Formats: sequence, structure tokens, C-alpha cells
Amino acid sequence: MINATTALKAESRDLNFFYSNGNQALKSVSMPLYENKITALIGPSGCGKSTFLRCFNRMHDLYPGNKYEGQIVMHPDNTNILEAGVDPIEVRMRISMVFQKPNPFPKSIFENVAYGLRVRGEKNNRTVADKVEEALKGAALWNEVKDRQQDLAFNLSGGQQQRLCIARALATDPEIMLFDEPTSALDPIATANIEELMSELKSKLTILVVTHNMQQAARVSDYTAYMYLGEMMEYGDTDTIFTRPTRKETEDYITGKFG
Amino acid sequence: MTTETLKTKASVLENLVAVRAMIRRHKRNDVIFAAIGLIALMLGLLTLLTLFIDLVMDGYSRFNLEFFSNFPSRRAANAGLLSAWVGSVLVMTVTFLTAVPMGVAAGLYLEEYAPKNWFSDLIEINVSNLAGVPSIIYGLLALGLFVYGLGLGESILTAGLTLGLLTLPVVIVSTREAIRGIPVAIREAAYAVGATKWQVVKDHVVKYSQGGILTGVIIGMSRAIGETAPIITIGALTFIAFLPPTPVTEVAPFINFEWLSSGFTVLPIQMFNWLSRPDHAFHTNAAATGAIIIVVTLLMNGTAIYLRYQIRKNIKW
Amino acid sequence: MNTATNMQTQPTALSISPRLAKNVSRNIKERIIELILMLAALSAVFTTFAIVAILLYESLGFFKVVSLVEFFTSTQWTPLFEDAHYGIMPLVSGTLTTSAVALAVAIPVGTIGAIYLSEFASHKAREIVKPMLELLVGVPTIAFGYFALLFVTPLLQKVFPGLPGFNMLSAGIVMGVMIVPYIASVAEDAMRAVPMSMREGSYAMGATRFQTAIRVVTPAAVSGIVAAYILAISRAVGETMVVAVAAGQQPTLTFNPMDGAATITAYIVQVAMGDLPHGSIGYQSIFAAGLVLFALTLGFNVIGHIVRKKFREQY
Repeated sequence: MINATTALKAESRDLNFFYSNGNQALKSVSMPLYENKITALIGPSGCGKSTFLRCFNRMHDLYPGNKYEGQIVMHPDNTNILEAGVDPIEVRMRISMVFQKPNPFPKSIFENVAYGLRVRGEKNNRTVADKVEEALKGAALWNEVKDRQQDLAFNLSGGQQQRLCIARALATDPEIMLFDEPTSALDPIATANIEELMSELKSKLTILVVTHNMQQAARVSDYTAYMYLGEMMEYGDTDTIFTRPTRKETEDYITGKFG
Repeated sequence: MTTETLKTKASVLENLVAVRAMIRRHKRNDVIFAAIGLIALMLGLLTLLTLFIDLVMDGYSRFNLEFFSNFPSRRAANAGLLSAWVGSVLVMTVTFLTAVPMGVAAGLYLEEYAPKNWFSDLIEINVSNLAGVPSIIYGLLALGLFVYGLGLGESILTAGLTLGLLTLPVVIVSTREAIRGIPVAIREAAYAVGATKWQVVKDHVVKYSQGGILTGVIIGMSRAIGETAPIITIGALTFIAFLPPTPVTEVAPFINFEWLSSGFTVLPIQMFNWLSRPDHAFHTNAAATGAIIIVVTLLMNGTAIYLRYQIRKNIKW
Repeated sequence: MNTATNMQTQPTALSISPRLAKNVSRNIKERIIELILMLAALSAVFTTFAIVAILLYESLGFFKVVSLVEFFTSTQWTPLFEDAHYGIMPLVSGTLTTSAVALAVAIPVGTIGAIYLSEFASHKAREIVKPMLELLVGVPTIAFGYFALLFVTPLLQKVFPGLPGFNMLSAGIVMGVMIVPYIASVAEDAMRAVPMSMREGSYAMGATRFQTAIRVVTPAAVSGIVAAYILAISRAVGETMVVAVAAGQQPTLTFNPMDGAATITAYIVQVAMGDLPHGSIGYQSIFAAGLVLFALTLGFNVIGHIVRKKFREQY
């Protein structure tokens, strides 16, 4: 339940998003993101949940012609990260992302995790090594790779690679971690590992996860948002959404009548 | 909650000023590198420009009609390109007739007929290998096989065959690429009305890939015009003060083939010959020839590139 | 459905229906056409075979007179002199030195250019620059030879006063510029093949464009880039006109770019320009030199091809 001690980490206010071909993918999306909680975005294919997620770390900036309208405000500094004057690189240093398909770099396990630190100019090797270890532990990968950190990341299994990507995203102490369907390419055991990981991680940071799998949202998240055709249909704490949804559209999706 | 094992958190908010300064520094590298990269690429263009201007400036005194209508001479001022450009035209004709039919046929076979087995792999390996063989090796091949082996001598026919073989891989590759661009659906439609394989190939595949094939042929020919090494190796005589016999005659049967066995010279050879003379006056001639060859090749290449661009734009399957 | 029609068109044992007869002749025609096309395709195999056969045949004649030991160890190449020596090393040194200079220019310039094209250039810029690189490839090498001899050498002589008129530095530099488009285009292809998801992973960590290009994309494309280099080496080794015109035609065993020297290719040109009786040792020597050249370029091409195939399989 939302109560007075649940702090707001970020919120989107009336967010509209237009792809370069003119297509409006998000319509007036407003949603809070509570600190140290997991918020899930669910909805049928094409509803805009990934598009919405990628607004948070300004991923759309990589492709010319995209346009944001509205705000995503970070707390406690009250910065609108979508403002033109705000540097996307700075945003990405505060908000990191784990992708749908694991995308490790062609480097060693160690260097993958250390990447964020190196990019930030961290020269002290001791600091880097310590942070890498901390991140690998945080991603529940440390025991499996501690003796072979110089091995190529490509040699890990799919589930391990995804945990590596989580460690990589973790190593720079982000405030928010975005997960874009993180387990859709993984087998059930690896999926369970990642879900357990997310529950542990939320104590350190705030998590926003897009998932195609409703059961996953129900298992893992504190709050759930249901999106459809670019609009935020309903938002609430997970229990309520799944047992007593307010809108009929939500109920239809949840019960499988639709989507 | 795990206790923090490190005192320093890489927190952005706590180090905002430092972080922003660092980002600014790093982004400067973006700009610097982009500039260096552009300069690196422009270096080639700059060289080409300098080269061309140099040639034109050195050779401009020869840009007149006499230059094209005079034979080479011991006096630089009188020496002209007549035998050279006529020779080039004739040699290119043989080159075209050698490379294009064989190349297009080979490309058709490889794309339309050949099953995927060791045999077609062997052919493919050979084609891509030949594309990387230095042109002078083709000259050696011609010397041993055409000049002496088949007794064709140091003639236009030999030169044309040699350059034809040189151009063959280019034609084959562009034919294949052009054919690959045709959707299967068109082929299937043709077969569906009962056409035989050859009919489909002749009426549809060739027709639709013509543009792409033509582009490749033009590019291949433009390289052949400027080729010097293989022609030297064959033994193209460099002081040619005569023209090969004309292909078209007044008496029946109106076409003769004597010109094929004639001695000859071509534009790049003439340029090389003049360039190798210590007498500086001939360098002027060489420069003029160089400028002319470049203009011709650039025009041809430019046409091919433009053609390819138009094809890519206009295709609406 | 009237199945009786099927019965009617079946041929009897002694006659063939006109339709079937036409089918057969059409089939024969199709087969012949296929055969013709196949023979055309075999021309590629034939050409390779002919090249190898000619080179070997004439070289065999050469090696009947010259021992392999002398060929590979003697330090003089003077087949046309009274006191003839047949060491290929001077020619090889000329080839290696000019190629090394060329690559010293082409590799940095080409690689940086490729990174720029792939990671920094806008779509418009790429549309303009790529055709220009193609135009550069089309310029005849004899023109570059002129440029090296009569423009670059005098220019370099202002910087290095002792530089001879024929030198490998000038030829090498010009050759390098000629080779840049080869490296740039193959390396750029390799980089474009790196999936966007990998770049996104880097940008998501707060990396700049430069950091992503250098730390992630280039390492990911490394086997394609190396393939580009190897193919460039092959191109440099096989180049003829620039070195024949500007580096000189005196076989000299030297690795100093400031010297003039003959490459394998320049030697072949020089001899072919003269009058050598068919079958003489001098005549055969160019085939021996050509064999070495062919083996070198073939080797590089094969290695480059293998490396390139390897990078295609990764993604």
C-alpha cells in the first residue's frame, strides 16, 4: 500500500512520445516510480511499454528524429530528465538498463563489469576491482566466475550473461535500474534466478521492469502499470491490480480475455 | 540490505560538478575525433584533386585537337595520342566482347542453375580469388598463353582477351548481385504460367538485373581502360606511328578482322612511355594524357554510381 | 470430373504425342543452354588453372638453371648481366619496403576513416563520402605514378634534401593513399555488422560516442578490420605502376625507404619492356618472380578470406 513513508524516486508527467516517422507511441502517460520498490509495466505487444521504459534513460536520443513532450522528473533534485538542456549521458549515469537479450561486450567478464567505471574515468585499479567484486556478488554471479574473471564474457551461458549484464549495470551504483523484458530469452531456472535477484536489488535502488509475462509481474513487483495503445490504462499496487482492477480493460487483459 | 563495503559511492548527485566536467571533457573527444575522421577520409579526395590539378596544369598546353590527331613523334610538341586512343577503343571493344557475355553467363549459371555443392563452391572461390590477383600476373598469363602459347602475338586480340579476363570477376560479381536483388515472387509468377527455366532467365531475370549488370560492366571497363601493367607485359609497342587496319571496309564482306592481329598502343602505355623519357618536354604530354584518362574513368565511374543510385531508388517491386 | 481425358492423352507404345515430342526437344535445348552457361562459369577455374600452369611451367625452366638456394639466398638480382645473379631477395626487399610505407599510411588513415563513417557520420555524409571513395579506387594507377614521381618526390626533396629522384618513400606514400578506400570500406562493413544492441549497452552505461566506438565497436569488429588489413597488404604487394615509375628499377637489397629499389612487379615490367628472346633465362626469370608474387598475394588473400569469414559467423 502506498503510504506516507513511500518516497517518490521519479515520476512521469503527461509524457507524449513521437517516433521520427510521426507515429505517436505514448499518449499523456503519467506514473509515479517509488523508491526501493519494483514497478512493473505490462500490456499487449505494441502498447508502448518498452518505448516508455526507454524514455527514462533517453535511449531514443540515439536515433535522430524522435521527440519527447512532457516530463520525467527525478527526485530529490527535481530535474526533468527529458529537458533539452539535460545531458543524456548524465542521465544514463544515474539510470542504467538491462536489455532483453543479454548484450555483453567482447571483453572479459571483469572488463564488462568494469566498463561503466572505466568510462567514468576511474583510474584506481583497486577501486575498480572492489566494485567489480561487489557488483558480481550483487548479481549473484560472483561464486561462479570469481576464478575466471579474465575469461571472455561470451563463454558464459545465457542466464549467466544476463546476470553479468545486471552486474555491469550495478557496478556504477545507479539510482534506478530499468529492465526491458530481462528474462524473455532465458529458460525457467535462469528466469527464477533473475527474479530473485531483482527482489534483492530493490533494497539498494529503484526498479522499473517491462514484462510480457503477467505472472512475472505478479510474482516480483510492488506496483504494476497496465498500458494499452500508448496510454496508461491503470496503475496501482500489484495486489489490487491483479485481484480488484478498477478498469474493465485491465481486467480483460489480466484474465486473458484480451491481448 | 547488504551493508556498503566501500566508503565511496559512485553517486552522480554527490559529485555533480566533477561529473559534469568529466562528461564535457569526454564529449570533446567526440568532436576532435569526428574532425580527424573526416580529414582522414578527405585526404584521399584531396590527393585526387591535387593530382588532377597537377596533371591539368602540367599538361594544358597539349589540350588541343592536334594532340588527338597526331601520331607520337620524336619531337614532344608534335607527339599526339591518335594511335593510343584508337588503340584503346579497339582493345576495349575486344575486352567488352570477352568479359560481358562470359561474365553474365557465368553469373547466371552461378545464381540460377548451380546447385550448392563443392563444384559451385570451387567456382566461387576461384572468382573471388581472381579478383585479388595482381593485374601484372594476368600479363604474365597472357604472355605465356596468348602471345606465345596460342601464337596470337603482341596484338589487339591478345590485349583484349587479357583485359577481358581481368574484368571477368567484376562482371560475374555484379551480375550475381544484380540477380540476387530480384524477388523470388517474380520468378515464381513466371514459372507458374509454364515458362521454362531459360525463358524465365531470359525474359525476367536478365531484364530486371540489366541495370545492375550494366553498372558492374561500366566499372569494370573503366578500370580496364587505365590498366597498364598487363599491357606492358604483353609487349605493347610504345612507339606506334600507325593505326591498325580499319574494321569496316568498303568491299564485301564489309568487316575484316585484320585489326585484331595488329600491333597497337593504348592511352596508359603512351603515358607511361612519355613519362619514362628523361626529356621534360614529354612529361607535358604524359600529364595531358593522364588528365584525359582520369576524366574518362571518372565519367564512367560517375555514370555507374549514378546508375546504381537510380536503380536503387526506382525499383518498386 | 471427366477422367477420360487422362486416358486419351497417354501415348501408345509406338507413337509419341506432339506435346511430348516438343517437351523433349525443349528439354534438350534447356540442357544445352545450361551447359553453355556452366562452361562460362568454368572460365574462372580455367583462368586460375592457366595462371598457375604458365607460371609453374616457365619457372620450371628457370629453376633448371638456377638453384633454389641461390634464388632465395643470393643478395643480387642481375639476370640480365654477363655475370648473372639470381637472388630474389632484393626484389622482395623492395616490395616489402614500399608495402610497409604504404600500410603505415593506409592503416591509420583507413581505420580512422572507417570508424568515422560507421559511428560518427550522418546518413547524408555517408551518402556523399562513400561514392567518393569509390571514385578514388577507379583512378588509374599510372596517374598516381606520375603524381609520385613529379609531384610528391620534389615535395619530399624539400623536406629531405638528400632524397634521390627514385625512392620508395614517395611511391609508398602514394600507394598508401590509393589503398585507403580498400581498408576503409571493408573495415566499415565490419563495424556496421556489429549489432545495435551492443552499442545501446554501451550508451546505456553513460559512454560517449567516441568511447563506444573505440571501446566496444572496434574490438567487436576486430576480425573484419584485420581482414581489411590483410587484403590491403595483398593489394600493396601486387601494385605495379606506382612503384615502377617512382621507386626506380634498380634491384637493390635495402629496407631504407629513402633509397630507390625495384619491386618484384617493377622488375617484371622492366624486362617485359625490353627485348628478350622467348625461352631465354631472362624471359623465364620474370615468371619465377611472378610465381613468388602470386604465391604471396594468394597467401594473403586466402588468410584475409578466412579471417573475414570468421567475423561473419560471430553475429
